[in-house]
Amino acid sequence: MTTDVGNGAAPGGSPEQTAPGETTPGRSGTVRKLDRVVIRFAGDSGDGMQLTGDRFTSEAAAFGNDLATQPNFPAEIRAPQGTLPGVSSFQLHFADYDILTPGDRPDVLVAMNPAALKANIDDLPKGGILIVNTDEFTKRNLVKVGYAADPLEDNSLTETYQVHKVAMATLTIGALENTGLGKKDAERAKNMFALGLLSWMYHRPTEGTERFLREKFAKKPDIAEANVLAFRAGWNYGETTESFAVTYEVAPAKLNQGTYRQITGNTALAYGLIAAGQQSGLPVVLGTYPITPASDILHELSKHKNFGITTLQAEDEIAGIGAALGASYGGALGVTSTSGPGVALKSETIGLAVMTELPLIVVDVQRGGPSTGLPTKTEQADLLQAMFGRNGESPVAIVAPQSPADCFDAALEAARIALAYRTPVLLLSDGAIANGSEPWLIPEVSELPDLGVEFATEPNSPDGDAFWPYLRDPETLARPWAVPGTAGLQHRIGGLEKADGTGNISYDPANHDYMVRLRQRKIDGIRVPDVEVDDPSGQARVLVVGWGSSYGPIGAAARRVRKLGMPVAHAHLRHLNPFPKNLGEVLARYDKVVVPEMNLGQLALLLRAKYLVDAISYTKVQGLPFKAEELQDVLADVIKGVSE
Amino acid sequence: MTATELGLPTIGGLVGVPTADEPQKAKDYKSDQEVRWCPGCGDYVVLNAVQSFLPTLGLKRENIVFVSGIGCSSRFPYYMNTYGMHSIHGRAPAIATGLAVARPDLSVWVVTGDGDALSIGGNHLIHTLRRNVNLKILLFNNRIYGLTKGQYSPTSEEGKVTKSTPLGSLDHPFNPVSLALGAEATFVGRAVDSDRAGLTEVLRQAAEHRGSALVEIYQNCPIFNDGAFDVLKDSDEAARRIINVVDGQPITFGNGEYSVVRDGFGLAVAKSADVAPEDVVVHDASDLNLSFALSRLSTQDLQHTVTGVFRNVARTTYDDAARAQVEQAKAAKPADLRALLHGKDTWTVTG
Repeated sequence: MTTDVGNGAAPGGSPEQTAPGETTPGRSGTVRKLDRVVIRFAGDSGDGMQLTGDRFTSEAAAFGNDLATQPNFPAEIRAPQGTLPGVSSFQLHFADYDILTPGDRPDVLVAMNPAALKANIDDLPKGGILIVNTDEFTKRNLVKVGYAADPLEDNSLTETYQVHKVAMATLTIGALENTGLGKKDAERAKNMFALGLLSWMYHRPTEGTERFLREKFAKKPDIAEANVLAFRAGWNYGETTESFAVTYEVAPAKLNQGTYRQITGNTALAYGLIAAGQQSGLPVVLGTYPITPASDILHELSKHKNFGITTLQAEDEIAGIGAALGASYGGALGVTSTSGPGVALKSETIGLAVMTELPLIVVDVQRGGPSTGLPTKTEQADLLQAMFGRNGESPVAIVAPQSPADCFDAALEAARIALAYRTPVLLLSDGAIANGSEPWLIPEVSELPDLGVEFATEPNSPDGDAFWPYLRDPETLARPWAVPGTAGLQHRIGGLEKADGTGNISYDPANHDYMVRLRQRKIDGIRVPDVEVDDPSGQARVLVVGWGSSYGPIGAAARRVRKLGMPVAHAHLRHLNPFPKNLGEVLARYDKVVVPEMNLGQLALLLRAKYLVDAISYTKVQGLPFKAEELQDVLADVIKGVSE
Repeated sequence: MTATELGLPTIGGLVGVPTADEPQKAKDYKSDQEVRWCPGCGDYVVLNAVQSFLPTLGLKRENIVFVSGIGCSSRFPYYMNTYGMHSIHGRAPAIATGLAVARPDLSVWVVTGDGDALSIGGNHLIHTLRRNVNLKILLFNNRIYGLTKGQYSPTSEEGKVTKSTPLGSLDHPFNPVSLALGAEATFVGRAVDSDRAGLTEVLRQAAEHRGSALVEIYQNCPIFNDGAFDVLKDSDEAARRIINVVDGQPITFGNGEYSVVRDGFGLAVAKSADVAPEDVVVHDASDLNLSFALSRLSTQDLQHTVTGVFRNVARTTYDDAARAQVEQAKAAKPADLRALLHGKDTWTVTG
């Protein structure tokens, strides 16, 4: 076993990474203060790595660190045990200042088996800490992932990393010897052993995890106790074995004043929809069909029916959105949630909602495509599908959240637009922020926007006798929302072209031309806030424009290049349709515009088409978020080009 | 996991829908839109029957909604002076489900055709029926695609020569009543467009039923499939072919000349003269097996066609249950948004 080579937990010298910290004597051995740490737990998909990561995250949150997380798991529920495709990991970045991403590379890798080691070791920088569960390094498991020899037995790892070999399963089984649990059950708690060890290494509070375990296994007290014992055994192992010469402290972050909680994107999005129901005074009806990575929105909403939420798990994607639209027609806030393949199936109904001009929220938690693609990996390649993926001229509003917590605000904004303008709104989240988490400054309920709507109650025709369902509000161009049950306003709507005003079926050529343009003008005229530009120096000649979940990596990359003395401006778009009114002017201000996207340049295409800007498109579709490091290089290259 | 007992009573199909203050007439239900079906179309007959029937329910017109899909019959909502949505192909049951769940005070009707309901919308139809959403589904079956000008439909007979099957259709047709019963629909009926009284009676029972009611209506397309049901409209032929069933009544037809008797696991037609009176099957609309056997008596060639109400049983509706679950949740826990947003684990940062 190697010892600390003394260069801190975070090797490398880039500005966002840690400089060697101040060393103080601690409770046992040396305690080193760090400003940030990235830990990755990796194991078999049955090893409970997501739970382990979640718990460490909660501990970090309770301690007051800023944090960001990135789960990464296979699409198979239980891929063959011990294989590379079966590796599941959870990366957590926590710091004593505000951070933007889950981190490019781990400082610490916990590998529960050879597959986890093989799949993740290349991401661990030189000098990084590697903690390995040696029990799984059997000949059979090594062969399974293509190791000719045990990498723990030669010097290949110890020369490069700080390696800690721990027989976690054996130690866990030993710790649970007197509990009466069988070996197999006892061994399953080894993830809590790992959590206990890491909690000790990073001076994390433990009460929360013990309480959590007792609640989670309330119905199986022996299992709860076993997990608590394993957790403590891991802690005590660190404390007593002296294998770990150094422990680390990451102080609480100085965040804005207020009350925080940790939240994932899907939960925040669900809460945003609940809040939209409360703020509009409308019942929310979610019509949906399970699909990765959006299903957690259904799971979450189905727990909160006391807020007047109805959740309907339909027979298919089409029925899901159909039910949502039917509910909207009846005066509810209709919502459907899905991922890219589901949007494809819902397209025709979105078109009907465009034609009938009813409020509707379509949540697309994007994943790798095309077709089934990469169900559990992230991508942002549905922008053009959202924008154009329907027959005819069929404009919809598009809103995108930029981080897990931001999903709450984005959902409220989608509801605002849908209700005020009677239009479907595509809400484009993605797998990275849906499953990722971060601290959320919980808003005051009293400060949430008022989304109240007025239903039509009176005839509105020019002669005052009749109800014209397509007579518009002059400002928003929204048509009246007259719900069934309103006396005197009986009317028929549908997918056929409408005569302006009366809404009767019309095949008149000039009317169709007018209505197509009117529907477009309504969407173009949606009031959205101006895009803000982050350029602390005010000297930037290069603008980086992003949308959605790339906010973190782009923001972190921008900080890095600024620390290197290169000014750069960052604009991040919440509104993809319509674009903010000031966007053209903002784009024109800079010599170069860089657009990083997890697709092949979809936003860049739109910006070029609309603003004739020669945007530099930087694209990557690996199913993983950008790394701040790579975007730093991209931006630095462009900036250098401009200043030459 | 055990479901929460929702304790829903068995109530009528229209309970909760406000009633009109004044008596209504058929013309009250005619919209100002010009009816644009082909001359002689069976849809006119059904439209008139529905417009004459609805006043007898005495509901407020604004609380009635017709939702349709795509096809000739799906133009129906435009001609009704109620609320209506002419939606997209096959999806009317899904849209109507959302509406029915959101609004207990509406009487929601779905108008669909054999192509709309059984082909592109087959999935929605069976799932709506199994859920037992409180919808009345009028399935206009003319055994042809009319709006697309004459292709065979999922109820066309095998070998049918149409524009898309010049050498004859290869498809085996659905029996819509059997399909609905297979999905355990709680109400299934059938009527012939020209039989105003029979149609109205089935509609009346459908409206009274709380839950999904599927009513198949044989409807003539004079342009692309003219005369498809002519044998049921000739009085001599009809007497030999139409078996109208009434709950609790012995099943006889042809002015008593024929009776329905048990035959193995199914049913058969016999001359009443050859049958002991106690062997004549008595219709029981609560017996799914009997209903299904009756549906099998109806053959594609119309040698026999059963009409009336095959099945009529009470089962908690999906929409009632969905609302009850929301109400129970509301009663159990106040909607405290602040508490929800805060959750269990928070921390506070002070200046």
